[in-house]
Amino acid sequence: MIDLKKLSAKVVSGKLSRRDFMVKAAAAGVTVPFATHLLTESAKAATPKKGGHFRMGIGHGSTTDSTNPATWENGYMGNASYAFVNHLAEVNHKGEISPELSESWEASADAATWVFKLRKGVEFHNGKSMTADDVIASFNHHRGDDTTSGAKGVAKQIKDIKADGDSVVFTLEGGNADFPYVVSDYHFAIMPSEDGKLVDSYDVGTGGYSIENFEPGVRTTFKRNPNYFKEGMANFDSVEMLSILDANARQSALITGDIDVMDRVDLKTVDLLARNPAVNIVETTGTLHYTFPMRTDIAPFDNNDVRMALKLAFDRQEIVDKVLFGHGSVGNDHPISTANQFHNGDLPQRGYDPEKAKWHLKQAGMEGLTVSLSAADAAYGGAVDAAVLYKERAAAAGITIDVVREPNDGYWSNVWMKKPWCACYWGGRPTEDWMFSTAYQGGVDWNDTFWSNERFDALLLEARSELDQAKRREMYGEMQTIVSNQGGTVVPMFANYVMGLSNKIAHRDEVQGNWDLDGQKAAERWWFA
Amino acid sequence: MNAILTMIAQRLALGLLTLFVVSLIIFFSVSLMPGDYAEAILGQAALPDTVKAFREQLGLDQPAYVRYFQWLGGVLTGDLGTSFSSERAVTELIGARFGNTMFLAAYAAVIAMPLALVLGVLAALYRNSFYDRTVNVVTLTTISSPEFFLAYVLIMFLSVGLWNGSEMIMGGLFPPIANVSNDVGFWERVYRTTLPAITMTLVIVAHMMRMTRASVIDLLASPYIEMANLKGLSKSRIVFKHALPNALAPIINVIAVNMAYLIVGVVLIEVVFVYPGLGGLLVDSVSKRDMPVVQGSCLVFAAVYIMLNLTADVLSIVSNPRLLHPR
Repeated sequence: MIDLKKLSAKVVSGKLSRRDFMVKAAAAGVTVPFATHLLTESAKAATPKKGGHFRMGIGHGSTTDSTNPATWENGYMGNASYAFVNHLAEVNHKGEISPELSESWEASADAATWVFKLRKGVEFHNGKSMTADDVIASFNHHRGDDTTSGAKGVAKQIKDIKADGDSVVFTLEGGNADFPYVVSDYHFAIMPSEDGKLVDSYDVGTGGYSIENFEPGVRTTFKRNPNYFKEGMANFDSVEMLSILDANARQSALITGDIDVMDRVDLKTVDLLARNPAVNIVETTGTLHYTFPMRTDIAPFDNNDVRMALKLAFDRQEIVDKVLFGHGSVGNDHPISTANQFHNGDLPQRGYDPEKAKWHLKQAGMEGLTVSLSAADAAYGGAVDAAVLYKERAAAAGITIDVVREPNDGYWSNVWMKKPWCACYWGGRPTEDWMFSTAYQGGVDWNDTFWSNERFDALLLEARSELDQAKRREMYGEMQTIVSNQGGTVVPMFANYVMGLSNKIAHRDEVQGNWDLDGQKAAERWWFA
Repeated sequence: MNAILTMIAQRLALGLLTLFVVSLIIFFSVSLMPGDYAEAILGQAALPDTVKAFREQLGLDQPAYVRYFQWLGGVLTGDLGTSFSSERAVTELIGARFGNTMFLAAYAAVIAMPLALVLGVLAALYRNSFYDRTVNVVTLTTISSPEFFLAYVLIMFLSVGLWNGSEMIMGGLFPPIANVSNDVGFWERVYRTTLPAITMTLVIVAHMMRMTRASVIDLLASPYIEMANLKGLSKSRIVFKHALPNALAPIINVIAVNMAYLIVGVVLIEVVFVYPGLGGLLVDSVSKRDMPVVQGSCLVFAAVYIMLNLTADVLSIVSNPRLLHPR
């Protein structure tokens, strides 16, 4: 263990590459998340201190952003929203689902009725007390025919919401054991209401900071909410979030001390940045993954042997090394990450095996297969490179892949789910059920492979309303196996979140990877050392 | 004098016509791009019925020509419309950004124009000397480099510094990001925008400098300068009193073109220095198909171009008596 600490110090001082460190750590029997965690230099005292002006450089943001929760879609608004609003439940600093604006929750035996007991004495920034009506209006904002919310699909499962004294009762279309995770979605921010509708300035919440000034695509300034209900959180006097789209600009600003934290460090130069003694690099493994979905309703992808051949026909580690520069981990053709609760670690890792791929093609009677793979950097930075690497390796299995470079504009409307095989990314979902029912259940809107499997769909429904954790683990494990062996998605890799911090910034031992920047809650959780 | 006023009136009328044509072209070329606002803003999350609800609320389900004339009707009554996304008035959105853009352009111009004139006149006087060649090589190098590259080089030397193996050397003179907001005072703003202003200066100085040099050289060879020389006038008097005023017309035109660049062409510089100017607003709005903002920004840019060209023409005529009194 001491050796590893020394090694991680070497990485920080630039004497050892991060990748070599990971290899050595893996050889010492250390899991990837833990090795990553060692690199984050956890030694700082974990008692938060108050004070200071915290400046964040965020690599998202657009002048078209707005504080209306129905429109939130990028990482900038993610960070900004978690600073000024709260939700009924949250994924907390330990990575557990826990009550936030509720005190507790209770599910019926079929997990179809959920009662959230609201936290008492919570005030919005404008002094109004939070009531059940505000909670109901906040959810209704994403429901109904005329809503334009990005969370409409998730909100559909809510059949009815009503107040019951200090509690709010949700009646769902069917059982959902993970419903607390659903209400923790950043869209379901609790804001003040008037006559059953949210107050349409959308700039007031209950969060640790109140918005002082919001300039879309430029900056948002916040000041601490003196009445915040959480202890040891929201430690900065004031926060300034800058939208800095250019990775070089973020990096320069971090080096010169013009910002305290940056997200999305340029992976090509992260080793150089790590040499700077005033900068700490923090890396977390999350649920973000990159995929190549095949439309299983279109030949030749309707044949599982063809799909298996393609899954075996490329070198995953090579793509992780060359596209992510080692800052990620290989995928196993299903969307469940090691950061998820029920990851199936027993499923053998699929590797590069051109001979076996050939065998599958022979079974399908399609030796010398030629297919087109559509890619654009809109899917993810490096998607085109990954597709070209795929093509080169697949040649050994006698497969010809024509890489079609598609325009970034309109990629999601004209290529994804339209072309037979393309590149795609998924930010991932906090729960197995959410991920599977978003993109793998037969017939759902975003099932981008048009795949359906009776056994899988039956397990999904069964597991959703099952409250026994051991049984759920078993069921989700089987579902991962089914998707991996029969599904239409190639999942080459999971990407890490890599961020740069000034050495003046301190954080708890654990940095959560459900989103970038400690679950996008850096403003709430971190402090000046 | 009347001739000039008539010309200005004519040119303004023509300018309005140009603006109309520009708005027409912009509107329909943005319509040609794949996807509309509803799809662009929802991205991967674009469910069919959410897209439909969006289109109905914003009137995007109507044919393009109907939307265009609705917009035009608004403009004629002084209403540029409301941004689809932020639901703020377009005039308000553009107003703040336009102020920033003009400030940076003015700052760069204040450095670049005198610099270019002085360098150009000196280069003309000492042409083919070591000085002349150096100035030419340096300015041509800076104009030939991509502006973001110049920006990064400046950031490296003046802001971040260089890594000598154990510590940072140089650097620390200016901040690498031009983080300005409304509550920043004038001199603080000048300080924070120095790097972008220098970058822009490096980009435009060659063009103006070489035009000055060429015009002055051209004039120095003309008979009346020879006459002035023979009269024994001092060199500075010849250059500033006799040569330069006659060289002004072409120089003014070049300056106008470069001023237009400073205002409408600095998107990359805005990105590198994180400066909240009009260019970034336009790019974001185009990528999200936020039509009212795209239209509004383009009108502003077109108007700037037209006004600068008009100013250049008027100044050329005023500086040239022959054009002032046409026969």
